[in-house]
Order: sequence, then structure tokens, then C-alpha cells
Amino acid sequence: MASDNNKNTDKASKTSRRDVIKTLATVPLLGAVAYGLIKTRKTAFLNRDISDVFQISNKDAVFLKPVPNGKQIRLGIIGFGIRGKQLMRALGFAEPSYIDTLVKAKEDNPDDTRLDVFLEQDNLNVVVNGVCDIFTPYSEAARITGSNINKEGTDGSFGPSPKVYRNYKEMLAADDIDAVVIAAPDHWHGTMTIDAARAGKHVYCEKPMTWTVPETYLVRQAIRESGIVFQLGHQGRQTACYQKAEEIIRNGLLGHVNLIEVCTNRNSPNGAWVYDIIEGANPQTIDWKQFEGDPERISEYLDYMKSFGLEKYVGPDEREKFSLERFFRWRCWWDYSTGLSGDLLTHEYDAANQIMHLGIPDSATSSGGIYFFKDGRTVPDVLQTTFEWPSKNMAMLYSATLASSRNRGKVFMGHDASMEISNILQITADRNSDRYAEKIEQGIIPTDKPFFTYVPGQSKVDAVTSATELYFAQRGLLYTYVDGKTYDTTHLHMREWLECIRQNQTPSCNIDEAFQEAMTAHMGTRAYLEGRTMYWDRDKEEISRG
Amino acid sequence: MENNYSKVQLTWLVILRVFIAWNFLFEGMVKVLNPNWTAKSYLLDSQGPFSSFFINMAGNVELMRYVDFFNEWGLTLVGLGLFIGCFTRLACIGGMILLFLYTMSHPSFIGVTYMMPFEGTYFLIDKNLVEFAGLGILFVFPSARVIGIDRWLIRVLPEGFRKFVI
Repeated sequence: MASDNNKNTDKASKTSRRDVIKTLATVPLLGAVAYGLIKTRKTAFLNRDISDVFQISNKDAVFLKPVPNGKQIRLGIIGFGIRGKQLMRALGFAEPSYIDTLVKAKEDNPDDTRLDVFLEQDNLNVVVNGVCDIFTPYSEAARITGSNINKEGTDGSFGPSPKVYRNYKEMLAADDIDAVVIAAPDHWHGTMTIDAARAGKHVYCEKPMTWTVPETYLVRQAIRESGIVFQLGHQGRQTACYQKAEEIIRNGLLGHVNLIEVCTNRNSPNGAWVYDIIEGANPQTIDWKQFEGDPERISEYLDYMKSFGLEKYVGPDEREKFSLERFFRWRCWWDYSTGLSGDLLTHEYDAANQIMHLGIPDSATSSGGIYFFKDGRTVPDVLQTTFEWPSKNMAMLYSATLASSRNRGKVFMGHDASMEISNILQITADRNSDRYAEKIEQGIIPTDKPFFTYVPGQSKVDAVTSATELYFAQRGLLYTYVDGKTYDTTHLHMREWLECIRQNQTPSCNIDEAFQEAMTAHMGTRAYLEGRTMYWDRDKEEISRG
Repeated sequence: MENNYSKVQLTWLVILRVFIAWNFLFEGMVKVLNPNWTAKSYLLDSQGPFSSFFINMAGNVELMRYVDFFNEWGLTLVGLGLFIGCFTRLACIGGMILLFLYTMSHPSFIGVTYMMPFEGTYFLIDKNLVEFAGLGILFVFPSARVIGIDRWLIRVLPEGFRKFVI
């Protein structure tokens, strides 16, 4: 019996031991999971606080807020071509046919939000009292657009029509216009701005500010004397990233910035200014005399071209000769255009000037040619311009082609890090950086990919960018927000101008910034035309040759 | 309370359970231990017929706190439960709910690409759904009452709770 009992107890304890083993059999494997977690934590969850070497605020971009019950501003629109139409939309006035297109686009694809974005755009409290274009179908379209106060399609109900002017000077004389938007070709910008300022009208002028060098001084003088509110149309000023970029530069987070690289890459006839020739265009519907330009400006242009032996760039057509190509594709000829410098380099320069307060460069050197669009144009389609600021120990390289869409970004290169800006901003540490050396050594800051990404609208600034955010930003899934709403930068830029008129403030792209933009572009252009380096004489405020 | 699985059947059921558990537990713990983790970007990347539901969810800051908490701890507890065989059936259901939601948010449709691509090419059935089926099997072929804490729980828990176990 005793031995039986022992046997039973043995069996029972064996059973219970086996029970315990079976119950807890998988538990020891948790150790392996824990090991993996500890290893992961070591690499993935390092103390990533880099605030000791990378000081940046959580502030989002700031935009001038509209005052409630501000006075209504009565506008006149000069020029209703491609850009004129875009500016009108940014003001809240779209062609009814454009609304039709957006409605149809939304029906076809519910994800197409362009209609909603346009309809939800803030009301800027403006009225269009006058429109002016020298091409009849455009002025008629502008009239209808100005009356489309309810943002409706062709079957909509319209408000009162703005008055149509054939000559902008008549519009400037009108009492019911407070401010004008200038979207005429480049060779008219300066003259129209001067005339508008003298007539006491506030001005929003498309870039570039001027076509000739002499008029650049006159524009500045006219605006200073009249005290009007002037805004140059570099809507990039409203890009949230640029404000953050300025803070980054100010805080010295890139180290000494010694080179900026900016570029233009387009690859389509439209991008190369070969715009459509509109049906119904003929000497009866186009006021060619006005298109030719202001006689004073033309003589400034010809004086310069002749004094420096640059006749090959003038024409080749006679200025008086009617030409649909020259009318619609005016950007292709120096006779009206400022080429890549005025049209596209200025955007890049203005962005760099906003971010780094560069001012006019000490020198400019250009090269390039017509290497793809052999269509009779005189302006180059490939252009390189180098600007130097020896006093700031830095240079900026602009490189453009109209026949390759390979994008090369906008990059600020510093000793400690480089910053690339588009709609988002990314900073990559330099492997030879001093500032970040310790963090790089510790494996906290990588050098093979950006360690900081700023996406507008996300006020939380992560110390170290995750691959996810990067991916999102690159796919454009995160939008530019102002107080949680998507905005078009041109709309914001015009809103700022209108608010400055109401609040008696100075816009971001004011006459001083615009003067710098214009002179810088002229230096680049002259360097190309003359084939030699241009210098800026700061004391005399004039372009000189070495 | 033994069962009539053969040894080899039982072995493979436990292996399946531990493998799925491992997956869940590790994913969950990594998220719990990372204070900056949020499901926001994953939800924003949603595609398919329910994408707007998930994208709206991502836009609601208050709701996202709960979504993140539920996700982090859901994954962790499901993983732990399956791992040690504790309240296994409850864990199976929880895991299936999570996987179902992931699938609704990221369906494997032709031509749809995601931020975090799976390392393969799928049509309708992806690894989440295979795991979903695995949990279904584990639910109907419980192994934890043989190998796992449930072996002990079914003895000590009142009748009403046992249905979560067995």
C-alpha cells in the first residue's frame, strides 16, 4: 500500500509538473521577443533630441490677416491673357467657361477638388470696375469674368459688367478705380506701373518689374513719390516653407551658406512660351500700335542694344509689322521679353532674396543659347547665370532649360547642412559638418537622407524625420494650409496687397525688393547678351562692366 | 481537460499561434515604446471604398488619441494573449477585428500603391488576410487549453468566462 501511495503521489506530482510545463510552455519564448525589442529600441528609439544643435520654433507661417469690415477695393485689370485670367481667379472672378470645365472635371472625377477650392476661396471684398486688353476677345472675356460675381458657369446669373477700356490710360483716369492689376507683357510693366502710380492707383504688377534698366529707377521713384501700395507678383512670397527657411538661415542651422543652386526645368511648347494663337486674332481685333510699346521704353531698349553692338538680338521682324506669333508668343523675342531671366530666374532669385536677404549681387555672369526651340526666337532656351556676393562669401547658380523637365530643386548649401525647398523643406546634414558632428557620430543624425522635414500645416516639428512623413510630403498628400484651409499662393499674395492697402502697410514684395529683383535680372540678361560679367556699383546704384 | 489532437497537430497549432502572436506583440510593443508613434499617416494613406472613413478619422485629433491607444495596446494584448495562451479566443477575435480594419483601409487592389509597400505583389489576399484566416483556425481549433495559460484558466474560471477561453 505504502508503495502504491508513493507511486500515486509520484504520478500526481509528475502530472502537476507536466501541467505547469504545458501551461507555461510558450512563456520562455517571450524572452526572445524582449531581446528583439531591446535591440530595436537601441537603434530606433535613441534619444533623438537634437534641440541643443538644432533650434527651431514650432511656429507655422504667418500671413497678414484681413481686417473685418475693410473697405471694398475697386479694381481695374490690365491684360487678360494667360496670367491675367489666373490673377482674376485668385481674386475670385473666373470665366464662366472655366467654371463649366471645373464642374465637368468634378463630375468625371469626384476627387478633383479644384472647383471646391475655388468656391471656398475667401471673398476679398473687391469689385472689378474696369478691364483693359488690346485684343478684343480678351477684353470681352475679361468683362464677362468681372461680372461673374456669383462664381457661376455659362448658365449663371451675372452682376453688372465692368467698363471695357481699350487703352489703360483711360482706365487710370477713371474715378471708380482704386487699384490696378497689371498682367500685360513685360515691355509694358514699368510704364504702366509708373502711369498708375502717378494717377494715384495702387499697383499689383506681374513680374519682372521692368523691361529696361533706365525705367527701373523711374518705377521706384514714381512709387516712392506717390506713396501707393505696390506689390510685385512673386507669389512665392506666400509659400509657407520660405518663412521657415528664413528662420533656419537666421538660426545658422546650415552653417555658412556658400552656394545656392536654383533651376528651371520645363519641357513642353507651352512651357517654352509657344502659346496658342487664338482664333479671331487679326489686325482688326488687335491694337498693334499699343502692343508695340511705349516709345520712350523702345528707345531705351534700342539705345542699349545699339551701343553694345547687340543688333542681332533685336527683331528680326520690324516692330511695326503685325505678327500673330509675336503677339501671342511675345516672350520669345527680346523686343518684348526679358527671357528666362525675367520670367523664371526672378522667381528663384526672389525666393532666395526672401530667405537670405541677399540684395543685388556684386556680379553676374551668364551663358547659354537657343539649343532646342529653333523657331526663330531670339531669347535663349538654355541659360546659366552665376551671381556672386563676395561680401557675403557666397554665390548663386541659376541653371535653366526649357527642353528637359528633370527637376533639380532649390538647394541652399552650407558647411553644416544643405536645405532643399519645394512645397516642403528638407535639411540634410553634411557628413563633414562641425555643428552636427557629435550627433552624426552617435548615429542620431543621418547624413544619407534628410534629418528634418518641414511640412506646412503640421505645426509639430519632429526632431528626426520619419520615412513616412517624407513619403507623404513627396507624394503631395499633405497640403499647404493656413489655419487648416488649402490656399493658392497667388490668392494669398493678392490678399496681402489688398490688405496692405486697407491697413496702410507694406507688402512683402514691395518696391525695394522689386528693385533688387529687376536689377538682378537685368544683370543676368546683360551678361548673357554682352557675353561678359556685369558688376553692381553699390554707391552709384548702377550696373557696370569690369 | 485534454483533447484528441495528435501530437503533430497540436505542435503545428501552437507554432501557428506563437508565430502570429510574435507578430502582433512585437508590432504592438514597438508602438507602445515609441512616444511619437501615430496611425495618422497610415490612415491618411488609405485607399479603396472606405478610404474617406479612415482619412476623416485621421483628421480628428481627439479621436486619433483613442485610435492610437486602441491600436497600440490592442496589438500588444492580442499578441501577449496568443503568445502565452491566455484568453486565446478573445485574443483571436480582437486580432481579427484589427486585421479586418487594416484590410479595409489598405485593400490589395490592382494598381493601388501604398506608402509602406508589402514586399510582394498581391491581389485581394495579402499577408494580413492570411493571418486573419490563421486566427480563424486558432479560434476553432483551440490549442491553449492544452499548451497555455488557458489550460489553467478553464479550471479556475466560472462557467460564464470559459467561453472566452475555449
